[in-house]
Amino acid sequence: MAEAAVLQGQFFITGDEACAEGAIAAGCRFFAGYPITPATEIAERMARRLPRIGGVYVQMEDEIASMNAILGAAWAGAKSMTATSGPGFSLMMENIGLGVMLETPCVVVDVQRAGPSTGLPTLVGQGDIMQAKWGSHGVYEIIAVSPSSPQEMFDLTITAFNLSEKYRVPVLLMADETVGHMSEKVVIRPVKPEELVERRRPTAPPGKYLPYQPDADLVPPMALAGQGYRFHVTGLTHDERGYPVMTADAHQKLVRRLADKIRVNRKDIIRYEEVGIEDADVIVCAYGITARVARSAVQQAREEGIRAGMLRLITIWPFAEDRIRELARRARAFVVPEINYGQIVLEVERCAGGKKTVLVPHMGGGMHLPQDILAAIREAAK
Amino acid sequence: MSEAVRQQQNPVDAYLRVDRLPSIWCAGCGIGTSLSCFIRAIERAKLDADKIALVSGIGCSGRVAGYVKLDSFHTTHGRAIPFATGLALANPELKVVVYSGDGDLAAIGGNHLIHAARRNIDMTVICVNNFNYGMTGGQLGPTTPLEARTSTSPYGNYEPPFNLPRLVAASGGTFVARWTVYHLRQLERCLAEALVRPGFNFVEVIAHCPTVYGRLNKQGQGTDGLRYFKEKSVVKNGADPAEADIALDGPIMLGKFVDIQRPSFCGNYQQVCVKAQKSK
Repeated sequence: MAEAAVLQGQFFITGDEACAEGAIAAGCRFFAGYPITPATEIAERMARRLPRIGGVYVQMEDEIASMNAILGAAWAGAKSMTATSGPGFSLMMENIGLGVMLETPCVVVDVQRAGPSTGLPTLVGQGDIMQAKWGSHGVYEIIAVSPSSPQEMFDLTITAFNLSEKYRVPVLLMADETVGHMSEKVVIRPVKPEELVERRRPTAPPGKYLPYQPDADLVPPMALAGQGYRFHVTGLTHDERGYPVMTADAHQKLVRRLADKIRVNRKDIIRYEEVGIEDADVIVCAYGITARVARSAVQQAREEGIRAGMLRLITIWPFAEDRIRELARRARAFVVPEINYGQIVLEVERCAGGKKTVLVPHMGGGMHLPQDILAAIREAAK
Repeated sequence: MSEAVRQQQNPVDAYLRVDRLPSIWCAGCGIGTSLSCFIRAIERAKLDADKIALVSGIGCSGRVAGYVKLDSFHTTHGRAIPFATGLALANPELKVVVYSGDGDLAAIGGNHLIHAARRNIDMTVICVNNFNYGMTGGQLGPTTPLEARTSTSPYGNYEPPFNLPRLVAASGGTFVARWTVYHLRQLERCLAEALVRPGFNFVEVIAHCPTVYGRLNKQGQGTDGLRYFKEKSVVKNGADPAEADIALDGPIMLGKFVDIQRPSFCGNYQQVCVKAQKSK
C-alpha cells in the first residue's frame, strides 16, 4: 500500500529533509534538480518520496535545465520545485526571469553556502540575498522568504508554494547551510486543504480567455497546457493576449504590473517576527540562522540593562520597509548582523530615517558569535 | 463562413494565429515552409490539437511558437527542451513538440538535446537547420560547414560542424530523420510518423537562409536554395548517420536514419513508482 502522501507527527530531521516534506505537504508533485552541497539532501528526499506518492522526480543535466523543467511542469499543472546552492542559483537566474515574465508559479530553494564562486561548499553563507532580488536581468519584483529552523523549512516551504500560486511568481526560499543541515524536532501537523492556495483558473472559455488580463489583484488567471485554450506565452514583452508587442508603452504596462502585483500586495506577503520591540532603543534586524544567534545577543543586552529588541525578517523580498520606517521613529539605532559584507543592511539604512545603522558582517564559513552582535548592540546604544 | 471564403482559405490557417501574420520571416526563407509541413502532419497524424504543447527557444525558428494556434511557449535561448521535459513528465497526455533552430538546439542548448535523447523523453524535436544564426545577422553556428562565410567567419569557417542526426543517434534518439524544405511530402509524412511515436524523435529540417547565409556564400535567392536541395540531395533511408556530414555546397543525405524502440523515461519511471510503492 502506498504510504500517506503527507507525513504526520514529530520527526527529528534536518532542515533540508523538512523542506522536502513541506513541499509534499503543499502539494508539490514535481521536482527537478541537480546535486549540489548543501542542498542535495532535498533532492535525495524527493527522489525517495515522490515515486511513492505519484509524483515525478527528475535529475536534470544542470541547474539551467532544472529551472526550465519546473517551469514547464507548472504549465502542465504541477506544483513544482527545485533546490540548489549559490553556483546553481547563479545558473538559474536567466530562467527565474522567464518564470517572472510568463508568471509561472514555482518554488526555488537556495541553501546558501559561502561564496563567491565555489567558495566553501559545506559551510554557511548568506551572500545571495541581493542576488535573489536583482540576479536576473531587467526590471522585476520577486518574493523571497528566509527560514531560521528546520521547523520553518517545513512551514515556510508551504508558505512559499502558497505565495507562488497566489501571485504567479517564482518564490525563493533563501535557506542557509546551517539551517539546511541541522537536525531538530519538526512537528508535521495535519495540513488542511483550505490552507493550500491553488492558482486561479480562467473563467472565460477558450476563444475569450486572455492569458494576461489581470484580475483586480493584478494577477491573471492561469490556463494549463492541454485544456483547449490554445494560449501563447512568451518571454518577449507581450500584451494581454500574450502576443509580443515591441513598444515602450506595452513594456511599461506589462512590467509595471509585474512589479506592482508584488508591491501593492506587500502587506499580504510580508511576514516578520518581533522580540522585545515595544520599548527597544536598539533593534537588531536579522534573518535565517543569524537571527538565532541574534536572539541570544538581544537577551544578554537586556540583562545588561540595554533596551534591545529584534525584528526577524521572515519575508526578505519584498522588504519590510514600512515596518522599519515605523520602528525608526522611536528606536535610536539598528544593528544588522548577516553572513555577508552588507546586503540587507543597505535596505535597513535606506528606511532608518538617518538613525544609526550598524553592520555586523561575517564573510561566511561560520556564524557570528553572540558576543560579536552584543558588542555592536552596546556600541549602538551609546 | 461561406463555402467560397472557405475554399480561398489556406487549410493550414486553422492552426495559425492569422492575426499575427505576416510573419517576421524574410522572403524566400524556408522556415514557413517547414511550418506548413508540420501543420499538415498534425492533420495527417489525426492528432487532437488541444493536446499539443509546442515549445520554442530563441531565433528565427524560435518564432514558430508565436504563430501556431496551439498551446505554445516561447522560452529562453537554448532552453526549449528542458521546459518541454517538464511539460511532458508532468502531464504525459500532452503531445510535446519542440520547434527551434540549429543554434538554439545544438549550441546553447546542446547539452539539453543530448540528455533528452539519452533519457528518451516522449517528445518530437523539429530542428530547422539553416547553417547560421539568422536573426542576429548571420553568425557562425554549430552547423556551419567548414569554409563557409558568415559574419563572424569572414575568411571562412575553421570549426568543423555537428552532424546533427549522428549526434542525436549517438545520444540515444529512437527516431532520427532529415529532410529539406524542398521535400514537402516526405517531410510532412516524416513529421506525421514522428508525432505519433513514443520516445525521443528528432527531425532535422534543412532550410535555406537567402538573406544572410545564402548571400554570404553566394547561394542566390530562395528559389536557388530550393534548386540546390533538389539537385544535391541524396535520399538514403536507413543509412548510417555518420555518413550524413554536410560540406559547403556539397551533397545532403536525407531520409530516416534511425527508427528503433527502447523504453522511454515515462515507461521506466512508472515501473519505478510501482516498485517504490511496494517497498517499505
